[in-house]
Amino acid sequence: MGRPRSPVLPRDLHPGAWWIWALGLAAAASRTTNPWLLVIIVLVASVTVLSRRTDAPWALSFRLYLALGLFVVCLRVVFRVLLGGGYGDTLLLDLPLVPLPDWAAGITLLGPVTAESILAGLYDGMRLAAVIICVGAANSLANPRRMLASLPPALYEVGTAVVIALSLFPQLAESVQRVRRARRLRGDPGRGVGALRRVVVPVLEDALERSLALAASMDARGYGRAGELPAGQRRVTGALLVTGLLGLCVGSYAFLDATAPRSLSWPMLVGGVLLAGAGFVAAGRRVHRTRYRPDSWRAADVLTAATGVAVAVLVTVVAAGRPDVAIPDPAAPPALSVLALVAVMLGVLPAFATPAPISLLRPEPAR
Amino acid sequence: MIEWEQVSFAFDGAERPTLRQVDLEVAESEMVLLAGRTGSGKSTLLRTVNGLVPHFTGGRLGGEVRIDGRSVRRRTPRELADVVGYVGQDPVTTFVTDVVEEELAYGMEQLGLDPQTMRRRVEETLDLLGIADLRSRPLRTLSGGQQQRVAIGAVLTMHPRILVLDEPTSALDPTAAEDVLSTVSRLVEDLGLTVLLAEHRLERVVPFADRLVVIEDGAVRSGDPAELLASSPVAPPVVELGRLAGWRPLPLTVREARRRTGGLRDRLGDAPPAARRGPGAPEPRGAALVARGVVVRYGTTVAVREVSVAVPRGEVVAVMGRNGSGKSSLLWALQGTGRRDGGSVSVAGSDPGALAPDRARALVGLVPQTATDLLYLETVEAECDAADRQSDAGDGTCRSILDRLAPGIDGERHPRDLSEGQRLALVLAIVLAARPAVVALDEPTRGLDYAAKEQLAAILTDLTRRDHGVVVATHDVEFVASVADQVVVMAGGEVVSAGPTVRVLAESPAFAPQLSKVLGDGWLTVEQVRQALL
Repeated sequence: MGRPRSPVLPRDLHPGAWWIWALGLAAAASRTTNPWLLVIIVLVASVTVLSRRTDAPWALSFRLYLALGLFVVCLRVVFRVLLGGGYGDTLLLDLPLVPLPDWAAGITLLGPVTAESILAGLYDGMRLAAVIICVGAANSLANPRRMLASLPPALYEVGTAVVIALSLFPQLAESVQRVRRARRLRGDPGRGVGALRRVVVPVLEDALERSLALAASMDARGYGRAGELPAGQRRVTGALLVTGLLGLCVGSYAFLDATAPRSLSWPMLVGGVLLAGAGFVAAGRRVHRTRYRPDSWRAADVLTAATGVAVAVLVTVVAAGRPDVAIPDPAAPPALSVLALVAVMLGVLPAFATPAPISLLRPEPAR
Repeated sequence: MIEWEQVSFAFDGAERPTLRQVDLEVAESEMVLLAGRTGSGKSTLLRTVNGLVPHFTGGRLGGEVRIDGRSVRRRTPRELADVVGYVGQDPVTTFVTDVVEEELAYGMEQLGLDPQTMRRRVEETLDLLGIADLRSRPLRTLSGGQQQRVAIGAVLTMHPRILVLDEPTSALDPTAAEDVLSTVSRLVEDLGLTVLLAEHRLERVVPFADRLVVIEDGAVRSGDPAELLASSPVAPPVVELGRLAGWRPLPLTVREARRRTGGLRDRLGDAPPAARRGPGAPEPRGAALVARGVVVRYGTTVAVREVSVAVPRGEVVAVMGRNGSGKSSLLWALQGTGRRDGGSVSVAGSDPGALAPDRARALVGLVPQTATDLLYLETVEAECDAADRQSDAGDGTCRSILDRLAPGIDGERHPRDLSEGQRLALVLAIVLAARPAVVALDEPTRGLDYAAKEQLAAILTDLTRRDHGVVVATHDVEFVASVADQVVVMAGGEVVSAGPTVRVLAESPAFAPQLSKVLGDGWLTVEQVRQALL
């Protein structure tokens, strides 16, 4: 019965799947300061990136995110030392307290450094670093242009603008370099506004000419043929979209920040999604554009996205049931639970259960 | 298929109309070639077909343009996208996406075609243009010829019935241009599209054009290519030879010309006169620039590998080679501003690389590939004044050089509004204001028509009379034949051959100008023939 089983062929996953997975991990990381869990989350993200990224330029940026994460951790710890406040009992270093004037009351500079405050800074920094690294993982795994191409039809114009900006940026950099080099051929007039003008004017003229040529080309190739909405409908669509997105923003903030009122979290999220969805549908209704080879959602993509959601949900459950595991006290060694471990380890599933990516730049191997 | 009836067009605020009462008709599956000088209205005429003129440019359009008998005056370019495919000059500026396949599909996405059709047409087009192996390559990594073929493919996927190509090779090097033009000729033969092509490399396309349309000052004449070229303001060297020899009908290809040379050969005698040096030109007086073992490297790539070159005073040295063969890097290294990782350069006893940019440019002046990078002021006058101040030259130095190079340029005009040739002359005048001993020009003939090239050749000859040494990096064989005393051919950063122009150009069939293909070794330019016939 049914189709014969086919081998798993290499293909790029839907960029949305990677983003949902990564945001799930990030949401999970934001719920805990348990260093073990955070280290596992970072490891999960790293392993997945290493096994499933392509060799496209954006995929190589993961290292930068790792470095940024490390920097954030160090910064947090250094700030803890500088603005110590000395809570906890295990004294590591007794620095003199720097007296501050009255208007800065409430802020202490230096003072006794305790193991607890350093650890608290470390955990906090690790949490932020883990969130950053998760976003970095999504950036390295998902082709940003494919992601834009998967936007709903209503966002097509915005997507196009972003795509063009992405390709114009390196051109602009090239043009600045060229003009600066050429500038030396005319004798250096020194510094200041005059010198700036000599670079800016040719570069802007260049950019303007390119933009006009691009606009002519897009027009001649049918851009903007479809999708003219009557004014009234446009206004309704705009209102739906803006309120929906606002709802989404408030909702996700409330969802991620445990101190916000709970009533803001789910209702706002759901309401926002519904309103924005309605806006997209309304805006996309009159658009007669189609998409070449759209990324499809298949089993592996759904699995990847589901894994991310599962990690987020399970860690939330842990946070509710075992606060000592999710937010451990720096004074004691952090505890762990089986559920918490399973929850974060689950995230590594896509590293093995998804098809390998197609490499963009590597030529196909000879047979 | 396409009809122009009493079409006139003037840009807003322009004194003279760009097109004047154009009456023209193009039949189905006809291949029409448009010839005319830069600024004669070629682009404007082409752009009236798909509505870019006047919908995109503004201005007043009079008369009627019809496709299949239906007026397109009120229809916008986007509405005509599936009828008229329009390809511009510089492919890079027309790309919307970043990968070949997606670029090919872009137009179809706008038309709202279904995915199966899009997939099928992309595959067909990849095969048709011979770019199937490039399908997933980023557009920026392609060579110029490949990019332009992708740009043509990107409009072909919409299955237009008319293909409009506006100087599709003007931003490309000769190899890339060949590539594109042979693709176009195949499209004409295989698909039976109606093609309108504006092109300044007439010698490549005239043979397969059904009709030639010559535009002069906005007025058109159309007819059989061989007949019309007799009086065209632009003509390839073979045609000029034919005009000179009085052949009727004019030969359009080297082969046609070669078969008729019998009588001409007898009149010409055996020895061709010297290719360039006019009577009274000074004899060479030592080297203006000597470079030994110049090395330029970027990371692990060696752009110039131990190149030695000498530029004698009062001579023109041409550096030829493919794109990426190291010509530009060599020129910048000689000038002293660019990178140099080894070797020595000496101009009048000093090394420009060791001097501050200000002093270096008094030794070697360089006109870069994008000459307009040097311009940043609003008027020609202001540019000239600034150049005088920057070079500590007396007031009016730059202006008087400019008047010598290209007389009669209004000082109040904006440099961007000048013609390509005039703009080049302005940049050259600015460079010359610093009184450099050696002048280097990087690809100066790009985008110039035959007449502007002749003008540039005259300027370079004038510089040699004034004892400057001149180095020109170029692909343009005909231009080299008419100006260069010596040629250095580079490949992969190394010198492949070097020596007097006649010998180097004769050594390689790829670099031989049309005249030497027709008349044999030693004959490089039409000018030589003209002198021999006197």
